Amino acid sequence: MSEPISIQPPRKSMRKQRRRSIIVRWIIAIFLIFFSIFPVLWVVSASLNPTGTLATQQLIPNNPGFGNYRELLNLDQFPFWKWLWNSIKVSSITSVLSLAITTVAAYAFSRFRFRGRQTMLKGILLINVFPGVLALVATFLMVSQIGDVFTFLGLDNHASLIMVYLGGAMGVNIWLMKGFLDTIPRDIDESAMVEGASDWQIFTRLILPLLRPILIVILILNYIGTYGDFVLARVLLRSNENYTLMVGLQIFAGAQFSQRWGVFAAGALMGALPIMIIYLALQDQIVGGLTQGAVKG
Amino acid sequence: MASNKAQKIHKPGASDRGPIFSRLIQFILLVALDIGTVWFLIKLADLGYFPLAAAVLIIAIFVNVVLLRKKAYPIRWMLVGLVFMGLFTIYPIVFTVWVAFTNYGESHLITKQQAIDQILNLTYLPETGKAYSWTAFKSSGGEYALWLKDADGNGYLVKPGEPLSQPQPGEASVGALDGQGIPESIEGYQRLNGILAATDKNLMSIKFGEEGKTIQIRSPMEAAELQPLYQYDAEQDAMINQETGTVYKNLRGMFTSSAGQELRPGFVASIKWTNFRDFFISPALRGPIVRLVTWNFGFAFFSLLLNFSLGLAIAILYNDPDFPLKKLIRSLLIIPYTVPALITILIWRGMLNPDIGVVSRVLESLFGWSPPWFTDQWWAKIAILLVNLWLSYPYFMLICSGALQSIPDEIYAAAKVDGASPWQTFWKITLPLLLVAVGPLLIASFTFNFNNFNLIYLFNAGGPPMAGTPTPAGHTDILISYVYNLAFSGSRGVNYGFASAITIIIFLIVGTITLIQFRFTRMWEKVGENV
Repeated sequence: MSEPISIQPPRKSMRKQRRRSIIVRWIIAIFLIFFSIFPVLWVVSASLNPTGTLATQQLIPNNPGFGNYRELLNLDQFPFWKWLWNSIKVSSITSVLSLAITTVAAYAFSRFRFRGRQTMLKGILLINVFPGVLALVATFLMVSQIGDVFTFLGLDNHASLIMVYLGGAMGVNIWLMKGFLDTIPRDIDESAMVEGASDWQIFTRLILPLLRPILIVILILNYIGTYGDFVLARVLLRSNENYTLMVGLQIFAGAQFSQRWGVFAAGALMGALPIMIIYLALQDQIVGGLTQGAVKG
Repeated sequence: MASNKAQKIHKPGASDRGPIFSRLIQFILLVALDIGTVWFLIKLADLGYFPLAAAVLIIAIFVNVVLLRKKAYPIRWMLVGLVFMGLFTIYPIVFTVWVAFTNYGESHLITKQQAIDQILNLTYLPETGKAYSWTAFKSSGGEYALWLKDADGNGYLVKPGEPLSQPQPGEASVGALDGQGIPESIEGYQRLNGILAATDKNLMSIKFGEEGKTIQIRSPMEAAELQPLYQYDAEQDAMINQETGTVYKNLRGMFTSSAGQELRPGFVASIKWTNFRDFFISPALRGPIVRLVTWNFGFAFFSLLLNFSLGLAIAILYNDPDFPLKKLIRSLLIIPYTVPALITILIWRGMLNPDIGVVSRVLESLFGWSPPWFTDQWWAKIAILLVNLWLSYPYFMLICSGALQSIPDEIYAAAKVDGASPWQTFWKITLPLLLVAVGPLLIASFTFNFNNFNLIYLFNAGGPPMAGTPTPAGHTDILISYVYNLAFSGSRGVNYGFASAITIIIFLIVGTITLIQFRFTRMWEKVGENV
């Protein structure tokens, strides 16, 4: 780590030492990589293994094939496609609405000065410190009570699940977004205001295009978070055809784990793949947003 | 600046229409919203959901104030978010606090008024009292009607769910009366003779007439009005059985007789600090709860230590801009982080499966033995820490390598000049500076793991179970998964009150840790400036 600042040109023994250190580190890296990707490889192999049980699996299966995938898509009591679609639907709606709420609110926090602004910002942070899983019982009771009046907002409904997710929209992301907004000079707004533009016009036509990079990061983090959520969906959804993929996979795992291991692996892989692709393709932006937001929060 | 902003009353999308027109539309929408809210409130109050109704009312008032007051203009921008936050984040917290002081749960699910109403609806057939003689009629569809005659010879017609009526022959499809004052026929119905009526099994159990004034057949000769079985005595706060005279007193949300007999349903009642007392001093619960709490802290602490150490070690090893294929290594190493946690946990559950999972099979063939990952409490704990390590070391790797790059190189140069060994450099320079940057994240991670419900619940559902606990608890259960079992497992009856009390205790623990985090953040910021 101190290489770049060494003043003298590296001598021969140092170079040798460095090469050795690189080799050692490569060996360690191979172990680490093995640790990190073995489970994934194992699942890929399980999903291609025609015998399909936990006990009979090998790393390289005999006669690999897509039988498990075919079986997965034809299970009646485990409607995989429906679950995947539910997950995509709920995550998309939640992340888009939540992004809209966050952005508009952060704009107000960044551009307007009003009484209680600081207090509200801190309050939002404090409230969101309490993990949502703690309020699980109360949320469940509340949704079931609302459902007694409006069935479509009650238990076993995607609308209520989305609304509960949106309860967390005014969260840490507001700070991240506000921080980003604060870096956009206010001269831009003021000159537009002189031209007679309203706040809403300034926001939509001037500021929003400048926000695009951070909007994408927050949208994706939100999407991934919602997609991977398990416990709220587990508690609020009741019927097989309404489950999200995470709930469905958990149910499936509970029902016939070791006999249907291959089918489960196929489902797990197909569920995980979209998120893995998003992550790996956008890792630089996501990591940036992650550390920045986290450090600031 | 602030004041001229606040005076603008532009509304999104309305700028090109006349201000009066658009404000009128807004006003109408607001009125419509308020009417809807009032209707919703009435419904909620009807059902007895007063805490929720109060929350909705407060939020509705807030919305009106914000929309009507010009000064609240900036708040309008975040109104939707605030409404959702109020309803789905703040209200559940407040509600949890309230429930923690009640016995809300199995057989205490409704309000006192609802319970009283239900109990008062119970009726019995008095042995004596006003009685009618009866004749039964039956329709081809299996519906029944009764013709009643009181002691004065007045005739009445009564059907289930309909009030008693006194039709004259000829009207209301009642045919002419026979010698005993009983109609020969009723349109749509067939008169049953005495034998048929006496052997009809349904007839005895049917309640005729409207609710509250029901009439039931007491004997082949008589039918009588049912009387309410209980009367509520507000002064004693007790139910009195009219048939036997037994007094059932309100005992913590359940009308109970002195002999210990309970009148269902019970209702939600305040039991003050009982739930908290149970948590801290109930002898039956003490053993399991001490173990739960110990493991909960231990789990969060060791998870943090292991995950951070591995992440940091990797970050330091590959914190070399010239390291060949650095980018590829990083991409491969963050793979565990990209898989949704639930899937990861379930995969590990399969891989560690004793006898047939791959890890167990490999260990078996190498050493002839593999750990009982799910049935032995210590191995289960180790397995959970291992899975958590796999899940979260990439996160620490990422934040540590970010933070390492922010440490200026001159400091290392100076240390080298002073002759510091790499070991000293690490402990005296790298680690302290790194902690300045990632300290808050470590604390956040500790609180996250403190409530890492998914891992515990999905991996082994808190198992292996502890023996002889009054409520189900396992050796790897943490507080939040224990709460989940109390509230949702239902095998031994849900107990929302106790679950909420434990939730409050977790709140307090997490809140304290978070306050410390804020303190440290501020302190560390100062330290950071000096560097």
